[in-house]
Amino acid sequence: MIEVLRHDILIVGGGAAGLRAAIAVVETDPTLSVALVSKVYPMRSHTVSAEGGAAAVARVDDTFEMHGYDTVKGSDFLGDQDVIQYFVEEAPKELTLLEHWGCPWSRNEDGTVATRAFGGMSTKRTWYAADKVGFHMLHSLFQHSLQFDQIVRYDENFVTRLLVDDGAVRGVATLDIREGVVRVILGRAVIMATGGAGKIFPFTTNGTIKTGDGMALAYRSGVALKDMEFVQYHPTGLPGTGILITEATRGEGGHLKNSRGERFLVEYDYGVGNKAELGPRDMISRAITQEIEAGRGVEGSYGTFVYLDLRHLGEEKINKRLPMVRELAKIYAGVDPVSEPIPIRPVVHYMMGGIDTDITAGTSLPGLYAAGEVASASLNGANRLGSNSLTECLVFGAEAGRNAVVFAKGIGDGNQAALVAQGEEEAARVDALRGRQKGGEKLSHIRNEMTRSMESGCGVYREQASMDDTVRKMAELKGRYADIGLQDSSKVFNTELVAAMELGAMLDVAEAVAASAASRRESRGAHTRKDAPNRDDQNFLHHTLCHFDPTGPRIGRKEVTLGKWEPEERKY
Amino acid sequence: MSERPKKKFIVTRFDPDTDDVPRTQEYEIPVEKDWKVLDALNFIKDEVDGTLSHRWSCRMAVCGSCGMMVDGEPKLTCKEPLSSYGDTVEVAPLSNFPVIRDLVVELEGFMDKFKSVKPWIVRAKRLAVEEGPMRQSPEELEEFKQFSMCINCMLCYAACPVVANEPDFIGPAAIALGHRYSLDSRDEGAAERNEIFRGEGTVFSCSFANECSEVCPKHVDPAAAVNQAKFAAVIDWATGLVLPRGGER
Repeated sequence: MIEVLRHDILIVGGGAAGLRAAIAVVETDPTLSVALVSKVYPMRSHTVSAEGGAAAVARVDDTFEMHGYDTVKGSDFLGDQDVIQYFVEEAPKELTLLEHWGCPWSRNEDGTVATRAFGGMSTKRTWYAADKVGFHMLHSLFQHSLQFDQIVRYDENFVTRLLVDDGAVRGVATLDIREGVVRVILGRAVIMATGGAGKIFPFTTNGTIKTGDGMALAYRSGVALKDMEFVQYHPTGLPGTGILITEATRGEGGHLKNSRGERFLVEYDYGVGNKAELGPRDMISRAITQEIEAGRGVEGSYGTFVYLDLRHLGEEKINKRLPMVRELAKIYAGVDPVSEPIPIRPVVHYMMGGIDTDITAGTSLPGLYAAGEVASASLNGANRLGSNSLTECLVFGAEAGRNAVVFAKGIGDGNQAALVAQGEEEAARVDALRGRQKGGEKLSHIRNEMTRSMESGCGVYREQASMDDTVRKMAELKGRYADIGLQDSSKVFNTELVAAMELGAMLDVAEAVAASAASRRESRGAHTRKDAPNRDDQNFLHHTLCHFDPTGPRIGRKEVTLGKWEPEERKY
Repeated sequence: MSERPKKKFIVTRFDPDTDDVPRTQEYEIPVEKDWKVLDALNFIKDEVDGTLSHRWSCRMAVCGSCGMMVDGEPKLTCKEPLSSYGDTVEVAPLSNFPVIRDLVVELEGFMDKFKSVKPWIVRAKRLAVEEGPMRQSPEELEEFKQFSMCINCMLCYAACPVVANEPDFIGPAAIALGHRYSLDSRDEGAAERNEIFRGEGTVFSCSFANECSEVCPKHVDPAAAVNQAKFAAVIDWATGLVLPRGGER
């Protein structure tokens, strides 16, 4: 008999969005019990790696109108304007709460919270704690959450399936990684907060845990993935490892330079105008790629790169504002940015796409909510502005938590026997996969073929033929995945089993990215086609929906919510 | 193609399903010159032996997952260059923790200790969001900032001679964290934490070996935190003897 546990609200993922959601549930109704289920201990969540900051209007010279317009324009007009309006108004409240909960925000001399410049933002509105913002936000949230006994953690638990009955989600099946057993956790609402899927690409800032698990769980349960073609390349990653060098380096005045020592964003027209290094990420990543294609890059053992030069900022400013960048550059690139420029190249960083959610963080599946990178609330549209995503985790994490409470109070328990039966099916499936000897396909090889194909088909620049190739390749790899062979049959902390299930999730998510990309025959935001270089509002001012189908992804569309800002040419 | 140099890794293995005691296993693999110790473990896992279990995630020294003993020293394996080791490298799970499997150790005891110091802002009256952010000068921030840098990698527990003899000792990271909140100008919980720190198995168990600060990959200097916390707990207690009501401010 499978073990069955019960809570009121289930949250999958223990990063910024999941923790904020859990706290919101307790704040809204302290009588409810929350299960916080995560495949890692919360302080290991990938929020920890975010560096540069979190955006919210704070200064007297800033307005919601300006933050809203910057975000709409950054999204290449694919952001939903009602969502953006809500977001910019909630943002300062959420960052203030983090302050009350102990986040060590950097300060001005008068003790007010300091803000810095960020790409695509028209004024200094990015709150920061040196350049370890994700780390401090995550630890502040986690430590704050520890005082609430209503939040029951299931650490190192990998959710393998959503349990759905009578048209609503009512639980999850979860593999306890440590014990090797699958359990059922029942609840009356489920919030997905598992983050992104950068590991479907070979070269990414993302940690190894970013395998799109939550996206795949919702997708397989019939919820569409939205705008998956929009994959953000961060302009400045270290060659080889892909380790992130924060945009705050440019916010603090750093320069991008080519092999001739030219500030190419100033010397050549890349559409960023006077913003130069403070242009948005999609445009700067394209500029770097073009510099390299024009032969103005520098050859290195991990491909061609350009330079990020911080030397003119001086040691004192670098130590004060960018200590982590200095540490990372020294350890992982062997350069001290005080005296040498840092080699960098564009690197996969963030999925604008995700589970299709609305302004309430709700989905088309009653009871299922999603927040943070796993979701596509259409805040970011075709290109996210740096420092909006940490705030997004808080704003929509809190919203998901509050709305899940309301939903949970209005719904019954469903057919418990049917839900438990689904869990038992799932336990049998996981047991059959563990240490399965039969197949000849090697896990790491399928994973490598997947990531290589994603880079060649869905990179910074795309074309129909290569995207179509990648769509076909993903279908082929999914077939071969069914024949995967595993070595580890132990129940205890079987990381190979988890990796196999993560690969299954990644193949679904990668296929959705490629199929969505192949369907958008225009260039917008981060989706840039050599064979269709212009934006086409006539035919493509809409969201892409990707529906799961055993025979292959089905593509649909959804209207964009416009508002006071009419689409216009995106120039800076 | 030039032949990559090889290194031998002697890795501690333990599977409670099949092993009574830990054993070691050797892997000789080709390595790249700029690899970290973690890269070698990942190569073994992906290409040689899928049964090897270890934790890791960010590979940029901030998530705190990948602490292990490397040639007998507690290290963050994603930060440790392989080039600083010889032709044979020994990798074992962190000392002073129960082992779950292979290189994976038990965190539950640590998590309990961590929570026991009330690592959150304690205030008599909760602020409303409408009141806006509290003021905190850069100097006030500096007071506790260093102690807020802990990534919970637990290397200090593996290095601590007191933890080795007295497993219930709450340990360097937990004390540093509690002290971090007590030093925060926004917090009012120092008296409560001092009470905790005067209890058994906390600051007064520390023997000032300073090992914790030496192995800390983030330069948190937990030994300094323990020292300061000890002083604060004593002062608080002494003041309480002289003044009524525990010397509340």
